[in-house]
Amino acid sequence: MAYLSIPNVVVRGIAVCVPPFIDENSNYPISEEDRIKLISTVGVARKRVADDSTCASDLCFNAAEKLIEELSWDKKEIDCLIFVTQTPDYILPATSCILQDRLGLSTECYTMDISLGCSGWVYGMSTIASIVASGFGNIRKALLLVGDTMSKITSKEDKSTWPLFGDAGTVTAIEYVAGNEGFKFHLATDGDGADSIIIKDGGYRNPFSGDSLKLQKFEEGIARTNLSCYLDGMNVFSFAISKGPQSVNKLIEKYSIDKDSVDYFTFHQANLFLNEKIRNKLKLEPEKVPYSLENFGNTSSATIPLTMVTELREALTSKKLNHIGCAFGVGLSWGSVYFSTDKIVCPELIEY
Amino acid sequence: MELDKFIQHFAAQFEDTDASQFTAETRYKELAEWSSLMALSIIGMVDEEYEAKVKGDDIRNTQTIKDLYEIVKSRM
Repeated sequence: MAYLSIPNVVVRGIAVCVPPFIDENSNYPISEEDRIKLISTVGVARKRVADDSTCASDLCFNAAEKLIEELSWDKKEIDCLIFVTQTPDYILPATSCILQDRLGLSTECYTMDISLGCSGWVYGMSTIASIVASGFGNIRKALLLVGDTMSKITSKEDKSTWPLFGDAGTVTAIEYVAGNEGFKFHLATDGDGADSIIIKDGGYRNPFSGDSLKLQKFEEGIARTNLSCYLDGMNVFSFAISKGPQSVNKLIEKYSIDKDSVDYFTFHQANLFLNEKIRNKLKLEPEKVPYSLENFGNTSSATIPLTMVTELREALTSKKLNHIGCAFGVGLSWGSVYFSTDKIVCPELIEY
Repeated sequence: MELDKFIQHFAAQFEDTDASQFTAETRYKELAEWSSLMALSIIGMVDEEYEAKVKGDDIRNTQTIKDLYEIVKSRM
């Protein structure tokens, strides 16, 4: 069972960068009835969309530069960089290597990419914390860059994906502090649902071909090529309403966490209808469950740090807080993390 | 698990459709109020009331409320 308790690590800061262009769902060409439902029930009124020349790595790079500056970290001391994304710069090399150089980090840096979506920040936290903790002080400072440009892999003519997803890049700064309680995790996987969220062509199972570019119309308002993301909303909903609450409960039970002592439960921002089902199943007060969905949509791996920065910034920078983060989606992959923050550095939302 | 109770739970998800319209043989996807979000409500209802999992294909491949009832029953 993938329960992890990783001591001697702390979160020092979180920063988020989004593209400046705001795509209003009120302009999306669907029926008035569908549009009302989209905004009130799915909960997404608008989202950010990157221009053609901006990648997830660019958003994360700008977030990282700002956070390093505000933390007054010496770049020479950053010995680990992990980049979680499913929209990398290239098929190869790993984008994290490019980011290590762009950020001017030491060549003695542990660097790698992780390919996960919705659950990516939680999994990324477990990976970076494990590496930093295993360094026993040799790696003192580390950066977890997490972000996606979903707009580049969703079809504008697919009402089941385009209005839902937004673009964002984030960075979470982790430091080695001996004696600290660290982070606790529950992590899980069910590849049986691999085809519930999938881009069929362009990998090596179905290599890119001329047919990959064919626009296929599935029903009114749903047209895409095999290079765009397919989402079986019903399967994902069915999976998430049971696994999301279950994962949080497993984490709480395993580590005897006092539920009342948790200040905020920040969930992957999937859609309002689903997230509220999860919140109600866990009997959580609305004040403890922040949402960024209305203004930023579902930003895949970036949702948890994005929601923390846009909704909890004042509390994060001024108080000691206990958090549970829970994410679920593409893979299917899901997990929860428990950690504390103590007056962390949190620059205002950055635009690039 | 009773069929009548299942139909009641099913009908309770709808706001504009009168409860009397729901029978075992109701072809639920032909109801005017049916929508992709209504499908999620039904999946949520089955999860809450029966702790069973209904997937996208179950909705796509069934026609009547009884069809869906049989699937839920087989998964409990």
